[in-house]
Amino acid sequence: MTTTAQAPARSLVASAIDPRYLIVFLITLVLVLGEARYGILGGYDRLATTLGICLVTEVVLSWWLRGRVANLASAYITGISLSLLIKPQANILWPFALGAFLAIASKYVLTYRGRHLWNPSNFSIALLLLVAADSVAVLSHQWGNDLRINLVIWVFGLVIAWRAKVLHVTLAYVACFILFALIRNAIVGGPLLAELAPITGPMYQLFVFFMVTDPRTTVSTRNGRIIVVALVALAETLIRLAGDFQLPLLRPFYVSPPLLALAVVGPIAMWWDLRRTAARPGSTQPGI
Amino acid sequence: MRRLVVTLAFVAGVAAVVMLNAGAAGSGVPRAAASIRLSEVSSATGVDFIHQSPTLDPKVEHVAPHIAALGACVSVTDFNNDNNPDLYFTSSRFGANNALYLNTGTGTFHDHSDHAGVGALNRAGEGVSMGAVWGDYDNDGFEDLFVSKWGFQQLFKNNGNGTFTDVTAQAGLRRWMNSNGAVWLDFDRDGLLDLYVTGYFRSDIDFGNLRSTRIMQHSWEFASNGGKNLLFKNLGLGRFQDVTDSLGVGSTRWTLAAASADFNDDGWPDLYLANDYGPEELYLNKEGKRFELARAGLQDDSKSGMAVAIGDVYNRGRHDVFVTNISEKGFLFQGNNLRINFLKELDRFDEVATGVVADAGWAWGAQFGDLNNDGLLDLVVANGFISADSTKSYWYAMSKIAGAQGNIFEDARNWPAIGKASLSGYERSRVLLNRGADGFEDVAEQVGVTDLLDGRAVAMADLFNRGALDVIIANENARALIYRNADSARGHWIELKLVGSRSNRSAIGAEVTVEFGNVRQRQVVDGGSGFCSQNDRRLHFGLGSERPGRVIIRWPSGRQQVVEGLKADQLHVITEAA
Repeated sequence: MTTTAQAPARSLVASAIDPRYLIVFLITLVLVLGEARYGILGGYDRLATTLGICLVTEVVLSWWLRGRVANLASAYITGISLSLLIKPQANILWPFALGAFLAIASKYVLTYRGRHLWNPSNFSIALLLLVAADSVAVLSHQWGNDLRINLVIWVFGLVIAWRAKVLHVTLAYVACFILFALIRNAIVGGPLLAELAPITGPMYQLFVFFMVTDPRTTVSTRNGRIIVVALVALAETLIRLAGDFQLPLLRPFYVSPPLLALAVVGPIAMWWDLRRTAARPGSTQPGI
Repeated sequence: MRRLVVTLAFVAGVAAVVMLNAGAAGSGVPRAAASIRLSEVSSATGVDFIHQSPTLDPKVEHVAPHIAALGACVSVTDFNNDNNPDLYFTSSRFGANNALYLNTGTGTFHDHSDHAGVGALNRAGEGVSMGAVWGDYDNDGFEDLFVSKWGFQQLFKNNGNGTFTDVTAQAGLRRWMNSNGAVWLDFDRDGLLDLYVTGYFRSDIDFGNLRSTRIMQHSWEFASNGGKNLLFKNLGLGRFQDVTDSLGVGSTRWTLAAASADFNDDGWPDLYLANDYGPEELYLNKEGKRFELARAGLQDDSKSGMAVAIGDVYNRGRHDVFVTNISEKGFLFQGNNLRINFLKELDRFDEVATGVVADAGWAWGAQFGDLNNDGLLDLVVANGFISADSTKSYWYAMSKIAGAQGNIFEDARNWPAIGKASLSGYERSRVLLNRGADGFEDVAEQVGVTDLLDGRAVAMADLFNRGALDVIIANENARALIYRNADSARGHWIELKLVGSRSNRSAIGAEVTVEFGNVRQRQVVDGGSGFCSQNDRRLHFGLGSERPGRVIIRWPSGRQQVVEGLKADQLHVITEAA
């Protein structure tokens, strides 16, 4: 998910350890804990396929198109997160294979002013959910709904987000989610905990620590990033309300409101930010 | 140029996703004619049973359709020994009667339950029926009846004159459980049928009078806060003893179904459990002294097991297992499990379900049986959970809490109200013909199985003694269906009715291998299987164009008997040598 590179550079220089590797550590922790305790992968062939294709695609495309092999931390993170998030029909591997290829390839194809617009994992999952719903679902419940495992991941996640200078993004999203949950509850009624419940689940951990915080696909200013995640939370709430009111048109979206909200809002915000910064006198394009 | 190539590859990848998705399960058409026809004949045969779901304490009224969507059971027996299989259906609402349909032998049934005394079982304070299994626990030659309940379990002794006597208390079985099924087995091979009763909700819960709403699972994947399963040893003289803890089979994993057979060929009947919100469990019987939970490749594969069907899928002389689960487009693909038995070689099963076998919707009961007598076991799967307002689905609302902390959804108060929404409703049953190396093929619509009722229990029996397996489906809150197998181009067959002497009289647990052509097929006399169901204990083997070769019977006593020269296309009654 997170394609952590040097942008925004100012937020990373203070770290003694490159935040990319903190994120690599965190997602590896999630994988190891979940697999050891609950067998979350559903088969090592899934991990091997996804991770292998992500890494190979990154190597080949970066070398072929840019003349050098890219740092593979981003592809590693994408590979792990896709292997955790994609939950296809039994015993089929192609969603992992194609999802991995499309995730990495999207970084090289769907670009604007030299920057990719979608978080690779987010793009891939959204595409699979929207055009392959007969074959693919996304992680909905997992890791035994176990408080202890979740606490470990939240603690590590928050510390690493702080070290990576993206804690404001994570916290802003969580605050907005809670606020909108209250609003949804006021609108649709029912138990308040039902509206708050999703954020206590593992899919949201992956979302808030690896996806919305991706520096490569978030806007360039701190305030801008906070506004963007607020808009993501708002879009998610609109999708959730569509689910509550059973709007058939949006049925494909309410299978995973946060992921699809980010897939819509994220690239628009990126496009707008890149366009705005490019138009600013004396501005320079961020590097790849 | 290079960028263009990459872009084209990217577009090709997207196109591949679209095309592969289009080929997903359920979209295929049968490759060949099915050669059978299943005609729904319940009304024509006099079976007019309609199941009614339980009513629950108002504290959980907002999710009552979800919690209470259970209890439509069917089990087959020949309770009056007239060689015509009879049917017992359960209903689950206070005041609604269960029904015992007596097969007249002339193609019709009539409800005998009032006379028999096994109809009016659903009473306040006593609980409601959720399943039933037949077995001759006292070896008097007449099949007795055990009824699983959300409430006090009940055992009825068959008096042999068309009536039954409630012997629950004398038997030591008056236990309050929230059970959805049971299975008869002779775990210690002493010639007396023992009883394994599954627990679903905790046994301290009375749905008529809830003290707390903290009654639900605490995990969707590894929940262990369900009701405790209980094993009762038959002591003889009509008495049973709870030996659960000493035998080590007291799982609390929300067991919905159990089946028993000798999976590892050591001569002792094992127990296979389908657990909701958790992994399946295989308890291997250690010479009747204890059971040991096997790993067998099951422990990490957590789904929502609903039914256990046993069948020798590839005619290898092994018991393979089919367990139903849930699939819903976009939300959840657990997929049914078809587990091929490699316990002898590898100490595990291999899960091989794909396509139409894996994805049947919200699948419930299932049974194997050779519907077209081609020598391969076919599969019938009942589907659909809650069919209410077809324009509303509870899936999104349920997904809100499905990913949450266990503490949240363990309390039913935190669940969104279901209202009149459906939840995987209006799903059709599947009839999956076994095409051998070509896999299974869904021919349901082709052969006439088109109902969209919320199927629960499936049972198979040759109801009309024609050498063809018919299919009975009990539906939740709806009428029961009888699909008569009007096969126009069947192969040969034999049917075997086994009578135990040293073994239990019902011969439940007898392992039978029939050799024909260059293959052999194994079946076990059924003490309860599928989901809250039981097939006729007469075994039906399709033979295709072959004649039966050796018939090898391993009786529950452990004695082996080989029978040769049996004629095809006949029912054979085989009694265990004394």
